[in-house]
Amino acid sequence: MRRVSGMGLAVVVAWFAAQAPLGEAPARADELSGTLKKIRETGSIALGFRDSSIPFSYLDNNQKPIGYALDICYAVVDAVKKELKLDKLAVELVPVSSSTRIPLLANGTIDLECGSTTNNPERQRQVAFGHTHFLTATRFISKKTNRLDTIEDLRGKPVVATSGTSNIKQLIETNAARHLGINVIHAKDHAEAFLMVENDRAVAFVMDDILLAAFAVGSKNPDAYVISSDSFSKPEPCGIMLRRDDPAFKKVVDEATSALYRSPEGPKLYDKWFMQKIPPRGLDLNVPMGAELKHEFANPSDSSDPDAYKVM
Amino acid sequence: MIANFDFDVIRRSLGYLFLDGMTFTLMLTGLATFGGIIWGTLIAMMRLSGVWVLSRIAQLYVDLMRSLPLVLVIFWFYFLVPYIGQWLTGASRPIRVGAFESSLLTFTLFEAAYYAEIMRAGIQSISKGQPAAASALGLTYWQTMRYVVLPQAFRNMLPVLLTQTIVLFQDTSLVYVLSITDFLGAASKVAQRDGRLVEMYLFAALVYFVISSIASFGVRRLQARIAIVR
Amino acid sequence: MNYHWNWHIFFEPSPNGTGTYLDMLLSGLMVTIVTSLAAWVIALATGAIVGVMRTLPSKVANFFGFCYVEFFRNMPLLVQLFLWFFVLPELLPHAWGLWLKQLPNAPFYTAAIGTGLFMSARVAEQTRAGINSLPRGQKMAATALGLRTAQVYRYVLLPISFRIILPPLTSEFLSTIKNTSVALTIGLIELTAEARAMQEFSFQVFEAFTAATVLYLLINIVVVIAMHFVERRVAIPGYISGK
Repeated sequence: MRRVSGMGLAVVVAWFAAQAPLGEAPARADELSGTLKKIRETGSIALGFRDSSIPFSYLDNNQKPIGYALDICYAVVDAVKKELKLDKLAVELVPVSSSTRIPLLANGTIDLECGSTTNNPERQRQVAFGHTHFLTATRFISKKTNRLDTIEDLRGKPVVATSGTSNIKQLIETNAARHLGINVIHAKDHAEAFLMVENDRAVAFVMDDILLAAFAVGSKNPDAYVISSDSFSKPEPCGIMLRRDDPAFKKVVDEATSALYRSPEGPKLYDKWFMQKIPPRGLDLNVPMGAELKHEFANPSDSSDPDAYKVM
Repeated sequence: MIANFDFDVIRRSLGYLFLDGMTFTLMLTGLATFGGIIWGTLIAMMRLSGVWVLSRIAQLYVDLMRSLPLVLVIFWFYFLVPYIGQWLTGASRPIRVGAFESSLLTFTLFEAAYYAEIMRAGIQSISKGQPAAASALGLTYWQTMRYVVLPQAFRNMLPVLLTQTIVLFQDTSLVYVLSITDFLGAASKVAQRDGRLVEMYLFAALVYFVISSIASFGVRRLQARIAIVR
Repeated sequence: MNYHWNWHIFFEPSPNGTGTYLDMLLSGLMVTIVTSLAAWVIALATGAIVGVMRTLPSKVANFFGFCYVEFFRNMPLLVQLFLWFFVLPELLPHAWGLWLKQLPNAPFYTAAIGTGLFMSARVAEQTRAGINSLPRGQKMAATALGLRTAQVYRYVLLPISFRIILPPLTSEFLSTIKNTSVALTIGLIELTAEARAMQEFSFQVFEAFTAATVLYLLINIVVVIAMHFVERRVAIPGYISGK
């Protein structure tokens, strides 16, 4: 029989505490070239991708990551290659989830996160974002037969959201503020969350409306689902995520993204993923570019304020 | 009911499931077993060294690892290892560690605590007279361990070590929490993409069951053989 | 290096509006404890029955026990939880499946039963080992006294063998506590899940996991001390555990 020594464990705790300052090494001058320096030294760049953020970042039939955000990331990769004058730059693709993306970015496992991460002030304190590539509001999807349209309709019901997203946070906050008594179910990724609605484990899935639209179109029975008109948030900006306090790398990302958006390639790229048939099953989202995003593409911005994107 | 199921989804994804998923799972199991037994043996030797500091450190290590859920340890390491790498190498930034390397390190260090307890029992099962005789013959501590104690301890404990490896094989499925594509991760990705949870999870369960059953049957046979020789 | 330590985070309000992040972790701790206890009751009850079956003279009972143990031991716990949570409701008649899926605390029941059954296979093996470790004379003497098989187990074999296997059972109980963390994959918001949620909301990864680590260590210490006390109380003088 194993004996746990109280003294010993106290030592462990103390050890952890002693390790705490490890993170607080003073910033060094050569850190200015942070990610770029790292990319040059290792000859590779790591992109984080998502399993099921259609059409931003998801797996096709051959389990290869593809999507709108990945195409934008590849444009950034090309710009990095040019900037560093590299002939070859290996691209490593790392699967991330909503809950692992920020720690993995911070700890250097990935250099860019290519998905539909909401750019908000809280995250801006931890990470930086490239120029906004989409605007989306938080709504919920449910089966038409359940007749749910407003947030109030969710009172006392089981509702699923993906853990680690800004959407689940909004759901939890709204639930607490309005005393809705919603049973919030945490799913690991969007696909799992949508399946919970499909299988009647939850009545609704709270998420960015564009992702919800993609799930509805891609489902076995698209007509069975409806997206709420009521929303939990204004349309919020999404961007490619990168490490904070890395101005040199941020500059490359910003320049690459704004060059892409302003060129004819930008709207074309949008059309490719939002207006045409996309893998794996040839679905067509048919979501034309809104006025806000048109304005944003002409005047790229990385602001986290939804109001900054309003078109007068 | 059953008619609604589409078991063809399994056939369509076999390549991905086994070439990507199972390869990851088996590589991780194999290498972590190897590393875990070596590191675990060293921990066990520290524990039994009679040097107070070493034996306390070893005991602490084993107690700590065995007190924590593997899921928590997996999270810890995936997020922390790059910083530890930075700290060890004095680099100016966290070291990038891939999903496989990170998982390998996690499982090696975690399972070593369990292997250490097994090897400790194995070493203690060798009668005291043997190391005494070895040192009387002029063998050093390391020679005694290398040529006399460890081979016997390892042999006596082989069935238990292998049983622990079967546990390790099953435990590797927990990398699912990091969205890593091991066998279960691959199955769940296909399951969720195609909405075929029932088919894929049943198949995954069957595969794990068959592999573990065959392995534990093998271990029982081995145990019977060793028991006769002894 | 851009990790910003903030140990005060525990006292900041969490997004669910019911208190601080520390409260969030403590409510996770409660869920861990309650789930483990429920799972442990199931594991002990079914494990003891199956373990006894494996020592009975009946070939059928023996074989059933063997199959039971093999079934629950040879699949990862995570996969077993998926089977109970995702697969079982789909295989049942529609109305039953729907009822199961819409149970308010489905993850809790699934976790308690799933983990309980997983651990029951190990408890069964311990029980069997405990009973088999008793000298054959005990059983013979009891039978000679005119006890029926059920009485032999109830009054002679089980009371002694459970005392003998108390230390390994303590380890199994600790494993049960640790294993409940696997249930975060089916949406049980226990301690590890709360630590992860705290990480997601506050971005303070290492503070959150350090706190969870400390809480798990505390649970372990409490259990080990408590079981040590129980072992002393029930020890039989003359046996290994009694001194």
